[in-house]
Amino acid sequence: MTRQHTNLQHKVHDSPEETKLLAETWYSPRGFPGWFTQVNQRMIGRRFIITGFIFFLLAGILGLLIRTQLAGPEQEFLGPELYNQFFTMHGTVMMFFFAIPVMEGFAIYVVPLMVGTRDMAFPRLNAFGYYIYLIGGIVLFGSLLIGMAPDAGWFNYVPLAGKEYSPDYGVDIWTTMITFIEVSALTAAVELIVTILRLRAPGMTLNRMPLFVWAALVMSFMIVFAMPAVIVSSTLLILDRLVDTQFFLVDSGGQPLLWQHLFWYFGHPEVYIILIPALGMISTIIITFTGRPIFGYTALVLSVVSIGLVSFGLWVHHMFTTGLPQLGMSFFTAASVTIAIPSGVQIFCWIASLWGAKIRFATPMLWVLGFFAIFVIGGLTGVMVASIPFDTQVHDTFFLVAHFHYVLIGGAVFPLIGALYYWWPKFTGRLMSEKAGKWSFWLAFIGFNVTFFPMHQMGLEGMPRRVYTYTAEMGWGDLNLLSTLGSFVLAAGFGVTLINAIWSLYRGQPAGANPWNAPTLEWATESPPPSYNFRHIPMVESRWPLWDWQRSGERSVVTGLSHWRREVVLTSVLDATPIGVQILPKPTIWPFTSAVAASSGFIGIIFHPIFFVMGFFLVFFTLVAWFWPRRPWKEDE
Amino acid sequence: MVSLLSGCSGIQSALDPAGSAAQLIADLWWPTLIVATLVTVLVLVLLLVAVTRALRHRSARPLSSRQSRNLVIAGGIILPLSVTIPFALSSFSIGRTIHAPPPEDAMTIEVIGKRWWWEIHYLDESGNRIATTANELHVPVGEPVRLLLKSDNVIHSFWVPNIQGKTDMIPGRENVTSLVADEPGVYRGQCAEYCGTQHALMAFLFVAETPEEFADWLERQEQPAAKPVTDREVWGQEVFADAGCADCHTIRGTRADGEDGPDLTHLAGRRTLAAATVPNRIGHLGGWITDPQHIKPESLMPSTELTPDDLQALLSYLESLE
Repeated sequence: MTRQHTNLQHKVHDSPEETKLLAETWYSPRGFPGWFTQVNQRMIGRRFIITGFIFFLLAGILGLLIRTQLAGPEQEFLGPELYNQFFTMHGTVMMFFFAIPVMEGFAIYVVPLMVGTRDMAFPRLNAFGYYIYLIGGIVLFGSLLIGMAPDAGWFNYVPLAGKEYSPDYGVDIWTTMITFIEVSALTAAVELIVTILRLRAPGMTLNRMPLFVWAALVMSFMIVFAMPAVIVSSTLLILDRLVDTQFFLVDSGGQPLLWQHLFWYFGHPEVYIILIPALGMISTIIITFTGRPIFGYTALVLSVVSIGLVSFGLWVHHMFTTGLPQLGMSFFTAASVTIAIPSGVQIFCWIASLWGAKIRFATPMLWVLGFFAIFVIGGLTGVMVASIPFDTQVHDTFFLVAHFHYVLIGGAVFPLIGALYYWWPKFTGRLMSEKAGKWSFWLAFIGFNVTFFPMHQMGLEGMPRRVYTYTAEMGWGDLNLLSTLGSFVLAAGFGVTLINAIWSLYRGQPAGANPWNAPTLEWATESPPPSYNFRHIPMVESRWPLWDWQRSGERSVVTGLSHWRREVVLTSVLDATPIGVQILPKPTIWPFTSAVAASSGFIGIIFHPIFFVMGFFLVFFTLVAWFWPRRPWKEDE
Repeated sequence: MVSLLSGCSGIQSALDPAGSAAQLIADLWWPTLIVATLVTVLVLVLLLVAVTRALRHRSARPLSSRQSRNLVIAGGIILPLSVTIPFALSSFSIGRTIHAPPPEDAMTIEVIGKRWWWEIHYLDESGNRIATTANELHVPVGEPVRLLLKSDNVIHSFWVPNIQGKTDMIPGRENVTSLVADEPGVYRGQCAEYCGTQHALMAFLFVAETPEEFADWLERQEQPAAKPVTDREVWGQEVFADAGCADCHTIRGTRADGEDGPDLTHLAGRRTLAAATVPNRIGHLGGWITDPQHIKPESLMPSTELTPDDLQALLSYLESLE
């Protein structure tokens, strides 16, 4: 931002009347009916986060039940039917209903605050996405409670997931609900891309964007390119199952491997869709708790971008045992080990930043340090399984279970819990207990390693995945028992954080605007932020605006936005020069009704194709009402 | 981790190789493990030094940007490259050796994944089936064997970790692999691709024996079933036909020609029942016939209600099928 834009700069002067007007303009309706009409980004983001963690809890309980069944040889605690449903749901819920929505939820809540704007680009689309996710999640998890849950694995390989071998409703529910909720992932991604590229505070050039915002941007682009693949594959499976098309039916010339290619073309990037926002969280936490600029900002951005790109060239490494040609598969080995370089750059940039810094070992920092220990191991086993010969031995064994839990829990859940502690004061206005936070960390860290480290050995000793039982003479009993004990310690660790969160809502120490002395814009406003996020849209002159303001004792802001309608500043993509004002819509019931209409179609087709037609017309009517021309800008006033 | 792993041995373990492919993969694994452990230790020690420096030295200063850059280039680029390039190259070379086609005259065995058991056919030079068995794969030690892996239902995966890594059995495809067993012994193989309710109990025995023993065994498998001798065995054969067993099972040399279940021609010679779930002893056999769903829920074998005398006769007959 150069001084040429002085017309935007004024001295900050707050008149109470104006503030009151602003609060009224950006008011979110309260109460039960109001809940269905809210469109504010913080409300929606908070719902995504809470709902995501509820699914984490539910899927975690399934994980504990799975581990209990495996605690000893030949146990009859669950039996094969329930066990198969549980591991299918554990994977599906963790990947589709926890990891992606919760990462998107953090981005939806934090990104607009970090880029210094008042809401997201399409607030009503945002609300629509949430209702889709909520309805899809309730239907899918509900299927478990009424005994109709899918049991063909979260990967649903055909022909097992085809009509002949899975005749029940379970897989129908899986395919329709996955197709359905991916709409929600896509809406959030589009939303984030436009918000990040067009609503940044004046002066926040791409080169000054916080690293978490970069990560959210890369994640969103990846969702846009990866999700259509799973939507296509699950749609083909729906068609095969419900209207007797034969995409995957061998006798009619269909191809089981087509499913695997489509599924993993999505499935591999998905792992990085979950990992990349976590990398952004880690950088954010390291910057704040070292209290100085991070080393290698550009290198960190480039490595996140290149991880995002390369992750689309790895999917065949899930298919090394399918008998595809060796030469073709070797390409995927090379691409897979290449990921080690951007990952290494990330890790060493962080080490360089931490070196000799006066680090505050608060709870968020602790979870980040735990991330390092776990993620390095997960990354190295990742390099190992990229080798075709080695993979043929460990593919579909507990070695793989160990590997991807190291990557996903170490790489994503640990940073996520760190981020929860970090942004909790911003979300709620209160700090969580540091003491409980440390207990939670150590229980989870020790429990995690006791649970998953022995699985490497179990896999090498020949224990396959997805088995509900094993015979005593296989000799896997002791390690399984150890692993099961560890899983309860791990669960206790996460449980302490849950209790800590609830406790702190009432008893937590009030946080103030910027309890950690962080440099990014979300801390420039009250905690929790007012309905309009910022009293004045800030102007940014470096990557660390709050530290600048602290040093100089003054801040530049944008004024002149109207207080009686929902206005946000539009800026140019590259250098964030102000180019206009966008007017955002008010709370409305139509996103909710549209989501209900769409879900009636998606749920109904499980039982009869007519619901597809019905759903189409219902969605059409609700969208007409949604987009009925109105004048949010109130010209007449 | 090294000491933890080296102490173990098992009949279904990639760490206890008894075949050339498994041996090559184990040879790749151990150095990889050592290097990976060193890298982990290096990174974590650097991290520990980094975060504790300011605690130990009050005057500790952050790295200069030049030092930081060198650290990132060394650790983030040179280190991964120097580890992954040799690893990938040796992995390619081992992969080429393992996946090289077997000699033209190698013996061919067809293995078909079923729900949830294994059908095994031994083929002659012109591809005709000369012997059929189930859940027990015999091979001669030291001789390359070609395997044709198929499925007519869902996807399974053929895996004997002591001998070599897995290869999927995909409907509509025939995957060809070859293996060499180096040491005589009985190893366990297990389906590695989730194939439904009883995926967990879809195992088989892999018997590597001397070429002479193997030749004898194969010759016996080629013969039709032994004729019932005693009255009780004759009675048992009638029970087999009357109780519906013959609808699903074949006993070569008799009228039983069902194709849904395993070929029982030489049942008594097998070591296990129900795809390596229980040992093949008379008590287990009786239990399996009367209540298979208790041993293996959802398996396609139905329960058979027999009077105790009929059951005894049937068991005597089945026990005679050497």
